[in-house]
Amino acid sequence: MEPFVRLTGVAAPILTGNVNTDVLVRVEAMINVPKGKLGPYCFEVWRYLPDRSDNPDFILNQPAYRNAKILLAGVNFGCGSSREPAVWALWDMGFRCVIAPSFGDIFFNNCFQSGMLPIVLPADVIVSLAEDAKAFGDVAPDFTVDLERQVIIAPSGRQTPFKVDELKRHALLEGLDDIGVTLAIAQRITDFQTADRNARPWVYNV
Amino acid sequence: MGASSLFEKIWSSHVINELGDGFALLHVDRHILHDLNAMKSLVELRERGYAVRNPELTIATPDHGVSSLPGRDINTNAAGTALLRGYLEETKRAGIRAFDVNEDGQGIVHVIGPELGLTQPGHLIVCGDSHTCTHGGLAALGFGMGRSEVIHVLATQTIYQKKPKQMRINFEGVAGHGVTPKDLILYLIGQIGADGGNGHAVEYAGSAIRAMPVEGRLTICNLSIEFGAKVGMIGPDDVAYQYLAGRQMSPKGADWDRALAYWKSLTTDDGASFDHEVSIDVAKVAPQITWGTSPQQVISVEDAIPDPSSGANAADTTAMREALDYMGLTPGRPIAGTAIDAVFIGSCTNSRLSDLREAAAVARGRKVKEGVQAWVVPGSQQVKQAAEAEGLHGVFRQAGFEWREPGCSMCLAANGDLLARGQRAVSTTNRNFEGRQGPGVRTHLASPAMAAAAAVSGAIVDVRKMMV
Ligand code: SF4
Repeated sequence: MEPFVRLTGVAAPILTGNVNTDVLVRVEAMINVPKGKLGPYCFEVWRYLPDRSDNPDFILNQPAYRNAKILLAGVNFGCGSSREPAVWALWDMGFRCVIAPSFGDIFFNNCFQSGMLPIVLPADVIVSLAEDAKAFGDVAPDFTVDLERQVIIAPSGRQTPFKVDELKRHALLEGLDDIGVTLAIAQRITDFQTADRNARPWVYNV
Repeated sequence: MGASSLFEKIWSSHVINELGDGFALLHVDRHILHDLNAMKSLVELRERGYAVRNPELTIATPDHGVSSLPGRDINTNAAGTALLRGYLEETKRAGIRAFDVNEDGQGIVHVIGPELGLTQPGHLIVCGDSHTCTHGGLAALGFGMGRSEVIHVLATQTIYQKKPKQMRINFEGVAGHGVTPKDLILYLIGQIGADGGNGHAVEYAGSAIRAMPVEGRLTICNLSIEFGAKVGMIGPDDVAYQYLAGRQMSPKGADWDRALAYWKSLTTDDGASFDHEVSIDVAKVAPQITWGTSPQQVISVEDAIPDPSSGANAADTTAMREALDYMGLTPGRPIAGTAIDAVFIGSCTNSRLSDLREAAAVARGRKVKEGVQAWVVPGSQQVKQAAEAEGLHGVFRQAGFEWREPGCSMCLAANGDLLARGQRAVSTTNRNFEGRQGPGVRTHLASPAMAAAAAVSGAIVDVRKMMV
């Protein structure tokens, strides 16, 4: 996994609540399009008109936000299905960080697995970040997200602190592979199963 | 030790390693794969140089991608053939028990787990599918996960989780005629919102839950994720034990006796504390129908379509207006009477025998309205066989419904079963998201009885008016 330490880029606001993972990537793309190529399918239902041309009203189609790396979002972002390609689609579109008042729990976990940083901040703080993210013509200003110091630096220089669980923060900073970490204590899994087999034999008698 | 909840008891008995801040490495008792994730997960696992640690604790079923067309095989939905072939090959190679497309036992993951007796109280069950919360209906701790976690479980038979907060929801009283478990849980979501359960494990309790058969409990738990709760559970009791007795994968002989004694120890202790508690008087609940594109956008069938200006705040008002636009509905009009094009009875929410009986009771002796496409897709081979044994397929067919083969079908529309842009459907599924049943399709969630009533009326209708 690619480590996440510090990121500088444009922040795009999509403050609608309850953006679900079907909106982030439709099932057909999730089945047929490989990881790495999902960018054009992210937000498919909002981004295109029925004839597949770009929907000019959709913010990520506006020149100022086309290269956004940070998404400012509404409550319960990523609710719905467990599909990890929802994170990959955002990633392939260029996003590396999503900031929302709350997340779908499975989506939140999936972000950390893929090197995407999800940050929880109060809704009013996100609204004020969205003010700072306003574009001038075709240009939107840069934000910096610093995971080491756990702070967001707005274009004005204003700093907004945030907090990420230490275990997850460490894994992101280092780009750790979960499975390797777990297999290093494989003996403890074996010991657990040996004891559990005595306590709950029916679980293992399959 | 103080008083503990069902959730705490199962959580703590599965901890292999405490990692601080509430994080733990947990043992997985049962892992279920499905056709949408089996091949890709197993291939990636192999390519990364890992093997499946406990194939005997893993099981697989084809459901999302299989066609529901009568007479189907793996080639019927051409877009799914590679996925299904890969599913069969990779599970075989890994030594994982995997049902074939038309084999006895095949069906939707969350339907077959309980009916096979694979789902048991106290089990920690995971699956790369968000509706794994369904298994909590039998007091299992079940939750969904993404692809990376699936691969981690395959390699290690464990999963990292942060301990969620806890919420108890009490459904008290007796529901009115024509009001089903689906209506109760939709009503709850309308009350607490699509994010009302985020970060929580939910336990459902109260007299209405105790009186409910297992199938209804599974429906209740199934929709936990639709208000953000990854886990939904119901304490074990005689209703659950009777359901499990004699099932194919239930414990047998001495194992059964030991298991039963253990299961009985899992109920929530008096005085256990919850971070949130909600009570619902079920006598007040009418049949529910969604009007928007989030399960929280739900009303009683006797209500008018809401006005966006009633939104709780500006963001809510915008979301309501966008949902009404998408759904093609006018605020202020009664929702009953809205003409529909299609009805879908199926999915891991409402495709079990009791659901089909409720729908058939409404369909019996009536005819699907001309121009309405009405489908019944049983949740599993077992459900299909049981329904056919009591003649339900005949009732549906005579009324003009199509009787199809088990799978997810039009719940997700990943198998070629989908509606056309602009069409309006009443579905017994769990997600009315934009495009869920096909791009531009409008989905109204409701109970099986409400769906059957809509099919024969050609419009959304209060099923109670058709029940005598
Ligand atoms: S029936 Fe629908 S919700 Fe259930 S597992 Fe299948 S696709 Fe998912």
